[in-house]
Amino acid sequence: MEATTTEHERIKYQEEFRTSPLKPGQLVWKRFLQHRMAVFGAIMLIVLILYSFGGALFFTEAEANFPDLSILLTGPSVEHPFGTDTVGRDIFKRTVYGGQISLLIGLSAVIVEVFVGVLIGAIAGYYGGWIDSLLMRFTEAMFNIPQLFLLLVMAKLFGGKIPPIEIFGRELSGSVIVIIVIIGLTSWMYLARIVRANFLSLKERDFVMAAQTIGTSNLSIIFKHILPNSIAPIIVSGTLSVANAIITEAYISFLGLGVQAPTATWGNMLDRAYNYVASAPWLWIFPGSLIVLTVLSINFVGDGLRDAADPHGLVKVE
Amino acid sequence: MEPILELKNLEVNFNTLDGVVHAVNDVSYSVKEGKTLGIVGESGCGKSVSVLSIMRLIQEPPGKIKKGKIYYRGQDLLKLSEEEMEHIRGAEIGMVFQDPMTYLNPVLTIGKQISESLVVHKGMTYQEADEITKELLNVVGIPNPTDRMKDYPHQFSGGMRQRVMIAMALSCNPRLLIADEPTTALDVTIQAQIVELTKSLQENLGMAVIWITHDLGVVADLADDVVVMYAGYVVEEADVFTIYENPQHPYTNFLLKSLPRIDNTRRSERLATIPGFPPDGITVMPGCPLMPRCKFAVERCNHENPPLREIAPGHKIACWVEISTGKER
Repeated sequence: MEATTTEHERIKYQEEFRTSPLKPGQLVWKRFLQHRMAVFGAIMLIVLILYSFGGALFFTEAEANFPDLSILLTGPSVEHPFGTDTVGRDIFKRTVYGGQISLLIGLSAVIVEVFVGVLIGAIAGYYGGWIDSLLMRFTEAMFNIPQLFLLLVMAKLFGGKIPPIEIFGRELSGSVIVIIVIIGLTSWMYLARIVRANFLSLKERDFVMAAQTIGTSNLSIIFKHILPNSIAPIIVSGTLSVANAIITEAYISFLGLGVQAPTATWGNMLDRAYNYVASAPWLWIFPGSLIVLTVLSINFVGDGLRDAADPHGLVKVE
Repeated sequence: MEPILELKNLEVNFNTLDGVVHAVNDVSYSVKEGKTLGIVGESGCGKSVSVLSIMRLIQEPPGKIKKGKIYYRGQDLLKLSEEEMEHIRGAEIGMVFQDPMTYLNPVLTIGKQISESLVVHKGMTYQEADEITKELLNVVGIPNPTDRMKDYPHQFSGGMRQRVMIAMALSCNPRLLIADEPTTALDVTIQAQIVELTKSLQENLGMAVIWITHDLGVVADLADDVVVMYAGYVVEEADVFTIYENPQHPYTNFLLKSLPRIDNTRRSERLATIPGFPPDGITVMPGCPLMPRCKFAVERCNHENPPLREIAPGHKIACWVEISTGKER
């Protein structure tokens, strides 16, 4: 009896000094930190978020949208660092509030996209057979309609029908929600295909059968056993989609069908600018640069995540 | 004794591009409450397919359970709905697989994987299941379970992972444990540990076990009854002593002769092998499937497949020949 106690103690002693290997999440984080551009992108994104959400602490949205007709179309000055627009609003203040909307649209649209894409891809890939055929034909049909056309039709159809809502203590026009939903619903197809392909190979893995032998239901196998295995491609593709969603928003807003004035977004600030491309370049340089900077940073982060999430990737040893 | 599980005339086919593979043909065997049934045979003899049919985990298509009945405690498993089957899997019948490297989910902690069964069947929360999981890990001999249950499968060695698989299969105290070559991927010392572990668990929990293996040594150690399978047929069935003392089917004899023996003094002697291959299961020959490889074969073996017949109480074989005399029975 005494022998077992000492053995037990020995094992305990040994276990105490065991260095645990890194958890999968820690590994990804370590590899991410070694990707210089990605770290730069991440820092840039944090700065941009601080810019749009922190800036709002210093002035109100009403101030940002206040048209001062006496100073319309003046260039950058100390008082108005980014100049003023066609109705005399301060562009700097509008980029702060517009940034909130652009980032909000980017993130929320991707949440919609990931939700739809994962659901359709996972179910198609796991069940296969006629369910797969049906869902994939539907996906292809969605692919075949040009996204811009779909966006414009839906924007026209649903625009102005949603009442304004309140987020972050701001009243947002219903068009924001409409844009989020439309962008989400027209961009899930790539993700659905990625998830489906992943599920097709993962469902044949032995651990799925092991899960079946303990009586796990299909839905639980899909979402609790297989989905965590394909989280890496979903995160990567989701991150890159944020950039796309921001661009798409800018695109529709530029065409005047997006978020309606006076709510500012980086995209609809460009809308009025194109008559003044040469005469008042500050109208488009600042919001345009912010869009470029955001999209670029997100793409860097996405690239870094893709490398970091690759299980065959290496951690450099210093 | 009342059998806990009884297979009756089970027939399983797989439709492939090359043709229909007859993986399991007219197979019947039974497992007694609290006893161990060993199933032996070469690769591709239908051992795994027959137990996967018990769990109803044959993929359809390409697989198809053509006919037969599988009675588990008097209930035909083949007639149950998928949902009713989910209550059997894990709760009533547990299963352990050959390769512990691939049967654990790489992105879930082993604690979570063991608790899952308890959460599914006993309606516990993961917190409640944690205590039992710790106990289970202790039972299967994993030191420091409180810490180890937070680890991922890649942090365990092969033998440890097989212990984890066993803990998973045992979490809900199943009445029947199916072990599909659980020691094939492990080295001999670990294999012995796993066999001992299973034996002690079986004694303590009183469950029945189906143990599939190539290894006749393990069967001798573990089993109460033995079924020998060949080409999807049961060719010999008896208690473990009869199989080793008095094997009557030529195939069982060949298998036993191909084992290295510790009391073999003539070291230079090569191990006996069985010439040829098992049939592919697609071409159905009229005669006995073993005929081309069997040195005892007689004229009748060419055109008639022998049925499984009882030659002594509890001892069944499927062969036309009396091997001691070489004459037809």
